[in-house]
Amino acid sequence: MATKILTEHVAVPGIETFDVYRKQGGYTAVEKALKTLSPEAVVEEVKKAGVRGRGGAGFPMGMKWSFLAKPEGVPRYLVCNADESEPGTFKDHYLMKNLPHLLIEGMIVSSFALGANKSFIYVRGELMYVIHILEKAIAEAKAAGFLGKNILGSGYDLELVVQPGGGAYICGEETALLESLEGKRGNPRNKPPFPAVKGLYQSPTVVNNVESIATTPWIINNGGDAYAAIGIGRSTGTKLISASGHIRKPGVYEIDLGVSVEDFIYADEWCGGIRPGHKLKAVVAGGSSVPILPADKILTTAAGEKRLMTYESLSDGGFQTGTMLGSGGFIVFDETACIVRNTWNFARFYHHESCGQCSPCREGTGWMEKVLHRIEYGHGHQQDLDLLVDVAKKIEGNTICPLGDAAAWPVASAIRHFRDEFQWHIDRPHEATQPGAVYKGDMAASADRLV
Amino acid sequence: MEDIKPQLFKVTVDGIEVEVEPGTTILQAARKIGPDVAPPAMCYYQPLKGSGGKCRACLVRVAAGSAKDPRPMPKLVASCITPVQDGMVVENESSPQVLEARKGVVEFLLINHPLDCPVCDQAGECDLQNFAFDHGAAQTRYEEDRRTFEKQDLGPYVQLHMTRCILCYRCVYTADQITNKRVHGVLGRGDAAEIGTYIEQAIDNDFSGNVIDVCPVGALTDKTYRFKNRVWFTKPVDAHRDCPTCSGKVTLWYRGEEVIRVTARKNEWNEVTEFICNTCRFETKKTSDWTIDGPTQVARGSVITANKYRADLEKPSFGQRLAAAQYKPIDDKRDTSQLSIQQLPPERFAKAE
Repeated sequence: MATKILTEHVAVPGIETFDVYRKQGGYTAVEKALKTLSPEAVVEEVKKAGVRGRGGAGFPMGMKWSFLAKPEGVPRYLVCNADESEPGTFKDHYLMKNLPHLLIEGMIVSSFALGANKSFIYVRGELMYVIHILEKAIAEAKAAGFLGKNILGSGYDLELVVQPGGGAYICGEETALLESLEGKRGNPRNKPPFPAVKGLYQSPTVVNNVESIATTPWIINNGGDAYAAIGIGRSTGTKLISASGHIRKPGVYEIDLGVSVEDFIYADEWCGGIRPGHKLKAVVAGGSSVPILPADKILTTAAGEKRLMTYESLSDGGFQTGTMLGSGGFIVFDETACIVRNTWNFARFYHHESCGQCSPCREGTGWMEKVLHRIEYGHGHQQDLDLLVDVAKKIEGNTICPLGDAAAWPVASAIRHFRDEFQWHIDRPHEATQPGAVYKGDMAASADRLV
Repeated sequence: MEDIKPQLFKVTVDGIEVEVEPGTTILQAARKIGPDVAPPAMCYYQPLKGSGGKCRACLVRVAAGSAKDPRPMPKLVASCITPVQDGMVVENESSPQVLEARKGVVEFLLINHPLDCPVCDQAGECDLQNFAFDHGAAQTRYEEDRRTFEKQDLGPYVQLHMTRCILCYRCVYTADQITNKRVHGVLGRGDAAEIGTYIEQAIDNDFSGNVIDVCPVGALTDKTYRFKNRVWFTKPVDAHRDCPTCSGKVTLWYRGEEVIRVTARKNEWNEVTEFICNTCRFETKKTSDWTIDGPTQVARGSVITANKYRADLEKPSFGQRLAAAQYKPIDDKRDTSQLSIQQLPPERFAKAE
């Protein structure tokens, strides 16, 4: 039943070259859009499709496009955010590595829709080999007349630039990305003004995720309504999920939004279940920045329904019992994983990646990391848990960009759902700091929580 | 003529209404009302373009976005960068949520601050001190090591003590916008970020001394004044001179007969509007160089006023002694109060809870 929208041809040998991609029906969307459709019609199709931003926030892409200011005489830009750095997420990397032409085709269609004559793909600096793949693909597309001046005789010009980033997580935040693209220090900007009004070089700019842009060729070819027919409710279409952790088959999977979480973990089609002899303990459903959920809460919602892989179902119950779909970095933990250590690891990441511009995030991330480090290594105090919750609460919502929230949520949720495990580290540091020691849970409740 | 006049926006801050021009920020609107309702600002500096939004000290709650759309804003907003809308209702110190968030900001700013106020030259005129005094908690919950840096000399006049820095970026904007050669910026990331000239290069510019004035803490200090005196032992006097490069309007800080420091004039928000050159600041430290304009206006609550205005030089009369005996202290931590909590309508308190 799974529709393959993005990864249909991924197994075709040589798909990264222009000729093979073209033979598989590539670049027909460019032909259709440029020859038969107006830019407004393309925006309309994307709106109808109801694609929600695949970078993590889930903001409807068509809506974002229609917010773009269109003053006379000012260039507009489309920037593709390929600075995928979230721990647990590797779908954009997979997409760009295997299907560079799909992204380029999407970039052409999207730039045409927005009226952008120069578009950028901002790739994180660590993926230098992917940058070479993209540059080669752009050269091929240009040679075939799909990029450059007067594409396919339509009178539309487009220049596509691949820009390597410096390797900072913060540059995945759209305004920091724009700053970095302008050659400045990658500090997020104060909003408003939003990039749709004043973005790159103070011109109206749309920043979209790789996966979002890669959906546009299929939408143009098959229509927005066909795309909206896939999925459930406001979560339309398919989503790439980067599954990792203690599962039998880690990897990138394209799923229809609406698959149940249980199926996704246990079905052979996708993750194939927890590794043999172990049980599911917890899941981080959308990349490291979303709240972690214990096994019972990730499989069923608070109302007792099956939890589905949709934006709505995963966030059901708010942060008390829910999480977020985020960027689709699906990390599975079995009972051998130490939640405290994992939370410390995430906190260490955010401490390292905080840009240092606003004080709650700059100081708070470091503080949380130090306290978690203390707990993990057996020097925690009883009041540390309340301290962590309080610090997380004071960071959350008080920062310039969402990195502060992203740092606070995993810590707050880990303590909310696994307080007994943290307590064990504090109460019995000698046990907890033994090599390979894992919390077994002396209380019956925690045994039930493993599924 | 009246038709051309732009329509003014009505904004309510802590129950006090004010009319401001469109495009004004919440902070500026609050400052128009007075110091009682103005949110604190650690990074925002009005004369510097692009400053603000970083320290999060000025967070306020917007209880109603505008007259058209009276929904509250979901998050606290930084008042220094958020423009007002007509009919906006802002809660500053009347919102417990704001006070809680500010308490958090003080705590965050102080966890890596050395708290060496007893030996810091900025003590007494330090924005962070004032902010922490108004909004901070009495004790820290931080027990780890604080981040430290070596002291650096940025040229012959300015010393950088990065350990005290709160990364407000004011000096970066000053170096960008006042001086014509940019050598001063932020290196590193997160709490390892540091202000600096690349590889400790000296700032060689006529206006480089202004980074000392804009620094809200004691991170950038005047090397000609370091450890000379405490601010509250000195007497500020406004003065001017004919300077070919700058406005020449300064404040002289006297210790006895001696001018021990020259700074630019600060307004009631502790902001310099007329920047001065290094010759005025560092080279001309004799009374004969200056024309004295008169004593500097100092806020009543400031420690700078301490020990300056002594009333015990002549023996008090009987009436004065009687008055002194019957004197009951009132709680007056605010400077010139327009805001009295009792004047606020009671439903505001109900909402706050």
